[in-house]
Amino acid sequence: MSSNLDQLYRQVIMDHYKNPRNKGVIEDGALTINMNNPTCGDRIQLTLKVEDGKIESAKFDGEGCSISLASASMMTQAVKGLAVEDAVKLAKIFYDMMLGNDYDDETYDLGDIEALSGVSKFPARIKCATLAWKAMEQGVGKTEEEEE
Amino acid sequence: MSANEWRKLFPILNQEVNGKPLVYLDSAATSQKPIQVIEALDKYYKEYNSNVHRGVHTLGTRATDGYEGAREKVRRFIGAKSTQEIIFTRGTTTAINTVARSYGMANLSEGDEIVITPMEHHSNIIPWQQVAKTTGATLKYIPLQPDGTIDLADVEKTVTEHTKIVSVMQVSNVLGTINPIKEIAAIAHKNGAVMVVDGAQSAPHMKVDVQDLDCDFFAFSAHKMCGPTGIGVLYGKKALLNKMEPVEFGGEMIDFVGLQESTWKELPWKFEGGTPIIAGAIGLGAAIDFLEDIGLDNVLKHEHDLAEYAMERLSELEGVTIFGPKKRAGLVTFNLDDVHPHDVATVLDSEGIAVRAGHHCAQPLMKWLDVTATARASFYLYNTEDDIDAFLKGLTTAKEYFGHVF
Repeated sequence: MSSNLDQLYRQVIMDHYKNPRNKGVIEDGALTINMNNPTCGDRIQLTLKVEDGKIESAKFDGEGCSISLASASMMTQAVKGLAVEDAVKLAKIFYDMMLGNDYDDETYDLGDIEALSGVSKFPARIKCATLAWKAMEQGVGKTEEEEE
Repeated sequence: MSANEWRKLFPILNQEVNGKPLVYLDSAATSQKPIQVIEALDKYYKEYNSNVHRGVHTLGTRATDGYEGAREKVRRFIGAKSTQEIIFTRGTTTAINTVARSYGMANLSEGDEIVITPMEHHSNIIPWQQVAKTTGATLKYIPLQPDGTIDLADVEKTVTEHTKIVSVMQVSNVLGTINPIKEIAAIAHKNGAVMVVDGAQSAPHMKVDVQDLDCDFFAFSAHKMCGPTGIGVLYGKKALLNKMEPVEFGGEMIDFVGLQESTWKELPWKFEGGTPIIAGAIGLGAAIDFLEDIGLDNVLKHEHDLAEYAMERLSELEGVTIFGPKKRAGLVTFNLDDVHPHDVATVLDSEGIAVRAGHHCAQPLMKWLDVTATARASFYLYNTEDDIDAFLKGLTTAKEYFGHVF
């Protein structure tokens, strides 16, 4: 088995896949974003509770491969408690990581997210990993539009 | 010649991917190209590239001969009466869209019906949805049997005197089902409807005779049958094509152009606006020569044997779900318990094995199967039992790799 594959499917990713954090739906007063990856059929429903420009909580539901579900689980953990603009900045850092670029690992506590860095070696799987982050960006974008 | 010898004619197969010999099991998406086809394209561009039907010069004549010669090869390949019935298109999708836009939009209205099946590829669903939306016609589906086949009794029930178009794929790109086109066409005709056939997955693998099927339109793509991308064929019965308007207007397809009005060339050129796909047609012609040389009956038998062997080997593995009927074309769509098809495909790719994972451009069928995605291994004349052994070994690895997670 190639080491690239081991880099892709790290233990912590498999743990998020098997035991997803924040799985479910926030019922009241939450933003709902549905997004899918039309080329492969992955889909996510993300609910976000944003108060005073801060993400109070985030939950996800959906179907997909190990990478997309683990990434969604990690994303909901990472953005909880962050200001909206910080969550958006964190998404940009994550995209840098996915593209194999140098990324800022100092401003925010990346925690488990860094385990996904191996995805950059698998171009076909980058879209799996970014789906949840795109959904989050779309969601907080809505709150910003409302404020404007 | 055996598959091992056929294989040697495909230069791309002789390489390593991720450090392992390439095992290409994605021919239902696109086939690989034999050296004969690659050389025909090379020769055209090196020796006689020129526009067709207008150059008085020598190269123009050679290019025209090549292009029109390919049309004759296609005519013979599918058993059409006349080359006037052979229209070159960009592929199956464009061919079906041409029928939908030209025939469908002009001949359907409210109260009329279009009948298809839930197993169709998106390219044989969406054009009809658009026709239905614009004309007010209704889009109806022939229900499927639990094993993914069509029961002719259901065709009889679904197709009515209001049905104007019946459009069905000859071979399913997901289930491998081989549909009884000739019988469905007879039911369509009995009700006064025209029969459209999506032949994208059949023409590369089995002898097609459009007169025997008695279909009114038949669409297929070159790239799935050893030919180049970017070219396909729309066959249509001459009497129907003559009454249809072109959908693309411009160069090549005109007879006389005035300031306010123009007239069209005769068949088939009135449907080929713009500089045609000359190199593509010549490549398709070379692919037809190649396939006829091998013999489509031999191709079909080889793929049938491979599919049987694959099914047999897969049944040895625990936790495998196979979709589709027992009697099938040369492909196997499956899922492994607890491993998402993308993850299966990634693990196989790391072993040099190319399979498809996803919805296979058949979202309504995925819904019918109650899955979001599946993995598919599809075979062609250059695959061998060794490829299937490697595939099985790869699946075992994937199971082990993900096994410790659950």
